[in-house]
Amino acid sequence: MRVWLAFALAGLLAAAVPARAQEITFYYPIAVGGPLTKVIDGYARDFEKENPGVKINPIYAGNYDDARIKALAALKAGQPAQISVLYSIDLYELLEQDVIVPWDDIATTADEKAWLKAFYPSLMMNGTYKGKVYGIPFQRSTIVLYWNKDAFKEAGLDPEKAPADWMEMAQMAGKLVKKDASGNVQRWGVMVPSTGYPYWMFQAFARQNGHDLMNKDGNRTNYAHADVIAALQYWRDLGAKHKVMPEGTVEWGTLRQQFTEGKTAMMWHTTGNLTAVKNSAKFPFGVAMLPASKQRGSPTGGGNFYVFKKTTPAERKAALTFVKWLTTPERAADWSIATGYVAVRPEAYEAPKLKEYAQGFPQAVVARDQFKFATAELSTFQTGRVRKLLDDAIQAALTGQKQPADALKAAQAEADRLLTSYR
Amino acid sequence: MKHVYGWLLLTPAAILLVGFTHFPAAATLFDSLFSTGTVVRPSRFVGLANYAALADDPIFWQVLGNNFWFALGTIPTSIALALLMAIWVNDRLPARALVRMAYFTPTVLPMIAVANIWLFFYSPQIGLLDQVGAKFGVPSHNWLGDPNTVLACTMAMVIWKEAGFFMIFYLAALQSLAPELEEAARIEGASRWYFFRRVTFPLLMPTTLFVLVNATINSFKLVDHLFILTKGGPDNASSLLLYYIYQVAFSFFDTAYASTLTVVLLALLAGLALLQFQLVERRVHYR
Repeated sequence: MRVWLAFALAGLLAAAVPARAQEITFYYPIAVGGPLTKVIDGYARDFEKENPGVKINPIYAGNYDDARIKALAALKAGQPAQISVLYSIDLYELLEQDVIVPWDDIATTADEKAWLKAFYPSLMMNGTYKGKVYGIPFQRSTIVLYWNKDAFKEAGLDPEKAPADWMEMAQMAGKLVKKDASGNVQRWGVMVPSTGYPYWMFQAFARQNGHDLMNKDGNRTNYAHADVIAALQYWRDLGAKHKVMPEGTVEWGTLRQQFTEGKTAMMWHTTGNLTAVKNSAKFPFGVAMLPASKQRGSPTGGGNFYVFKKTTPAERKAALTFVKWLTTPERAADWSIATGYVAVRPEAYEAPKLKEYAQGFPQAVVARDQFKFATAELSTFQTGRVRKLLDDAIQAALTGQKQPADALKAAQAEADRLLTSYR
Repeated sequence: MKHVYGWLLLTPAAILLVGFTHFPAAATLFDSLFSTGTVVRPSRFVGLANYAALADDPIFWQVLGNNFWFALGTIPTSIALALLMAIWVNDRLPARALVRMAYFTPTVLPMIAVANIWLFFYSPQIGLLDQVGAKFGVPSHNWLGDPNTVLACTMAMVIWKEAGFFMIFYLAALQSLAPELEEAARIEGASRWYFFRRVTFPLLMPTTLFVLVNATINSFKLVDHLFILTKGGPDNASSLLLYYIYQVAFSFFDTAYASTLTVVLLALLAGLALLQFQLVERRVHYR
């Protein structure tokens, strides 16, 4: 009798508890307590309010490398992880590990399928493999040229006009170099950072000179083409021949300060620095597209949303709903203003909030205008090694240890060796 | 019964040592004989192929060379500096506690924070080094961007960071020296240099050995600064062995090759430690 009662009670209790919420754990590459955790937490709570059946559980996991390592470790250990924002260029690595599935397989309705096509095409390049979308662009950036209008005025240049092509940039930079009485440079003409992410900056030079550095399948690099070599020669010449940039490498981490302290009149840097420059520059500054050689060009960068393979259909559906919700035009606009990342789809720039912001701060939309010239960030199979080969070649050329042609040809030969088995 | 008791006492430490030191070392050696597996291509036994690849890897030889110069540059200098500072702050001098603290401060700061500060010291034009140089008409130099100066720059920072730490050991050792020795020497009319050379320094030998072993290990172990200062660049000019291992493991995902490099590092450190104990121990007088 007692036993029956217990069963009956248990049955009643079970009926009283609502269906278990669908839980989505997502790894996000930022340090805990960073300024963006508040924004992400806010989005998660808002989404839960609108979708009572789903619980969003963000895990903040440090930088891109840390996030990838932690998410993969969690998957291996059987911990829940359904989606993650990871480096857009991790695609081939994740494919090789066989841990992600394409969003196309989850998007079933016409509305969802249309959503996959709603983003800037140049942002989809790094997330697409053999026609399927694996990465949904989320926090994305690109390279732009910042210039100091006061320095331009002082050098007798039009402060509202940035250099349009390579020759003009070298000439203007030459006028902008300022030396003291004993001939020491006090202000350089232009600086392009060459530590941290040299390959990224170099992709811009190469693209401007007409070439991408890898193919779509990620199994071939194009480091040694004559135009690519010429691009590295130009970068080196800015320091070695034109003397408008310091010789050797230019540090990524301190470049922003060099610019805001007036030690360089122009710099190439990520749009991710826009808000910081805006807050610390004591002079009027402009933001422009990078100059052209044969064409304009810049790679994109940043993080994409991936969905992991070890997920149930219900989890995948919930994940898609969440990511789709995060990338609506209004929210993409909001995210862009909050972070300085570019808004990932054209409609976002029509959203009233971002329109108004851009009117007061037109520098914010330069990246958007540059999208039509943008290209994918360097990413191949064996991407870490293949990328470092290029990084080393660039630094060897910029520091004068090797000729650009020798450095790039050696890197290409080594990259070929690494990638042959993927062809 | 006594045996059991003894083993019981040893167990906690033994479990930790085996679990976190010996087992991983053996597993690393094992892994270095296999290829890196992916889902598509599972790991397989390759014998010594990874070691052959290592012998052919120019970057490995470069970072090994860098590490050699790094060790040679940092170890003797930081030990000499530590000894000098310890002797100085062991004397009666005004605000002694303050001076000691000042010397010890670099040790307390986390390496990442220190590297972020030094990054700006070395920064051309806006950096401290160039600003001071400019006062004396020295032209600006791209310290970290020049392969000829970058390694020396990282060494200077590490010496600055390490010397204070070693000073503490010397200071403790100096304070345990019997004051009678100095009095006796003074009565005999020995000069300060003679006293240091014949009495103080030999008595400090156990400390010197300890510090030497630590400094050697540190010269292979300390790579935190590279993440901030140079990322091993330009063109691997400042890269060190352990940093290269990190890159191979977590940027290239080549765990097998990373294991191979780790085995080399372990062998190198074990060899050095043995050598030090054998050679130096003969000259060390323990009380």
